[in-house]
Amino acid sequence: MADNKNLDAIRAETARWAETVQKATSRWPERQETFESLSEVPIRRLYTPVDVPDLEYLKDLGYPGEYPFTRGVQPTMYRGRLWTMRQFSGFGTAEETNQRYKYLLENGQTGLSVAFHFPTLKGVNSDHPLARGEVGKCGVAIDSLRDMEVLFDGIPLDKVTTSMTVNHPAPVLLAMYLVVAEKQGVGWDQVGGTVQNDPLKEFFAQKSYVWPPRESVRLLVDTMEFCAENVPRWHPVSISGYHIREAGSTAQQELAFTLADGIAYVQAAVDRGLDVDRFAPHLSFFFDSHMDFFEEIGKFRAARRLWARIMKERFGAKNPKSLWMRFHTQTAGVSLTAQQPLNNIVRTAFEALAAVLGGTQSLHTNSFDEAEALPTEEAVTVALRTQQIIAHETGVASTIDPLAGSYFVEAMTDEMERAAEAYIRKIDELGGMVAAVEAGYPQNEIIRSSMEFQKAVEEGRKVIVGVNRYAREDEGSIPLLKIDDSVEKAQLARIADTKKNRDNDAVARCLDRVRDTARSGENLLPPIVEAVREYALLGEVCDALVDVFGAYQDPAVF
Amino acid sequence: MKQRKIRILIAKPGLDGHDRGAKVIAKFLQESGYEVIYTGLHQTPEQIVNAAVQEAVDAVGISVLSGSHNYVFTEVMRLMAEKGLGDVVVFGGGTIPEDDIPELKAAGVKALFRPGTPLEEVLRFMKENVG
Repeated sequence: MADNKNLDAIRAETARWAETVQKATSRWPERQETFESLSEVPIRRLYTPVDVPDLEYLKDLGYPGEYPFTRGVQPTMYRGRLWTMRQFSGFGTAEETNQRYKYLLENGQTGLSVAFHFPTLKGVNSDHPLARGEVGKCGVAIDSLRDMEVLFDGIPLDKVTTSMTVNHPAPVLLAMYLVVAEKQGVGWDQVGGTVQNDPLKEFFAQKSYVWPPRESVRLLVDTMEFCAENVPRWHPVSISGYHIREAGSTAQQELAFTLADGIAYVQAAVDRGLDVDRFAPHLSFFFDSHMDFFEEIGKFRAARRLWARIMKERFGAKNPKSLWMRFHTQTAGVSLTAQQPLNNIVRTAFEALAAVLGGTQSLHTNSFDEAEALPTEEAVTVALRTQQIIAHETGVASTIDPLAGSYFVEAMTDEMERAAEAYIRKIDELGGMVAAVEAGYPQNEIIRSSMEFQKAVEEGRKVIVGVNRYAREDEGSIPLLKIDDSVEKAQLARIADTKKNRDNDAVARCLDRVRDTARSGENLLPPIVEAVREYALLGEVCDALVDVFGAYQDPAVF
Repeated sequence: MKQRKIRILIAKPGLDGHDRGAKVIAKFLQESGYEVIYTGLHQTPEQIVNAAVQEAVDAVGISVLSGSHNYVFTEVMRLMAEKGLGDVVVFGGGTIPEDDIPELKAAGVKALFRPGTPLEEVLRFMKENVG
């Protein structure tokens, strides 16, 4: 960034200035002895060219749309097209959620994002004993193709793209989506969307696992292979740091573990014999945007640069689209407070701004009531308006990567990259992310970080406004969305009806084929599609896989 | 005579995997001198109450972030009464709306800690109600 002579002069001047500071602080001490970021990175008083001595513009920053993509993945970024405002939604029955989707589409939304209830995420049906009280609560209940037909009724699947947040059972939900498309007369080559389908982070972050680590990665590679051949517009995985952060990791761990998961998936696909430049352009990512503004911006910029280098240097990818990291961002759910809930609107706005300044491709803003429940329509509207205000009123979308060249932002970007690289080296030493997960390494790192964070909050070293400072007795109450228990009854009745009206012998044959294929090692997607077409229940298909793969049990460490 | 350590069961019911709160509380209570048993994820009310019996615990803390709190706590209280565990203190935490709390307390849940509760408050509760 500056030549050596210049740097020496700045060093000398900084030393001189330090004496002036010394005089000031001896009379008026600073607010704290030391300053740290949310993730405990020491923050200096002032950043100058001396703090980024090795930064080379062309090598480390370059141009938007070009390697190493530090400044963005598109040549015009938001001047060409704004990020996609994609709000995650789903609740109750497929009928209710279908109505919400139609409302959103009528109001100009072009992409859907499906939130499934916990039983679907865990690969069990709504009538499973563990599902009691959870049906339709945190997302929409999907037990079979019948629910999926209702969910997308009247929604043309060649016109919208759909993101489905589901992981171990993802191939089953993708199969249902493809059969619904078929029934609408839409070819598989015309449907577009994403399944999260990121199995490894389930073991240490979101905990919606079904089968063990190795088998779950095999199923992911099956999906990648199947999509590359049959569903070319589909993104078969969204490699996700969001849940890692929400589970209590630092920003550095979020970045490192996400990239380490990505490395494991690319390696597994390459080992299968897939051509890296054929599948890598379809990989996508998903990050959290937390409260520490510059740390988050540094994280996003470092993520793009580091991934581009990994793909080029480690995997020898040549297609420029194999090197670019495109990502979705969600503001930090964990930063929302139940106390003084309107403050959450402000938190979400800053987090969303950081995501935009960090160059995200799509964004979900949380609603102010989500520390307690699924959002009401009013709360969702404020969340969407927050994005629209950033896009149209603040002016931040008029130029690309406006914070580049800030000594502080570049130093934070470098620091993030260094910290993530150190973690990735450690994970390589452990034998890669699958082995690291089996050894409990990321699990323990996250428990440690979340405990340290909680202690810092308890001691008041980290301030949460309205919680450990500026708290008050009257917190201010807001109306909350309630999901009643009639959803559970409706869902159980539909399961019974589906079982009565399908060809049960055909279902049994299809499930046998799923088991056989799980054993033989061939691609599992074709038999799953056939089973789903015969109205096999989600839980039946997942159980057939569990018969062969086994089920993963929580080791219950704390 | 050395006094027996107070034993606390921390439990995660249902299919929800949000275990950050449960683990932080388990670790904190352990560091505060209690003996803590953690069930791990994915427990039915029956499994939670059976664990309380087997481990002979003095208190059971249940973490719910799935919206199933009304069902889970009511069912656990019913089963506890059935098994004669009336004097075991049951408390809970998670995303539990204020409006639902009176009914759960009426069912016998001693305390419900909402998001943002300081750990010290949980410790004070334990000392006053369990020992």
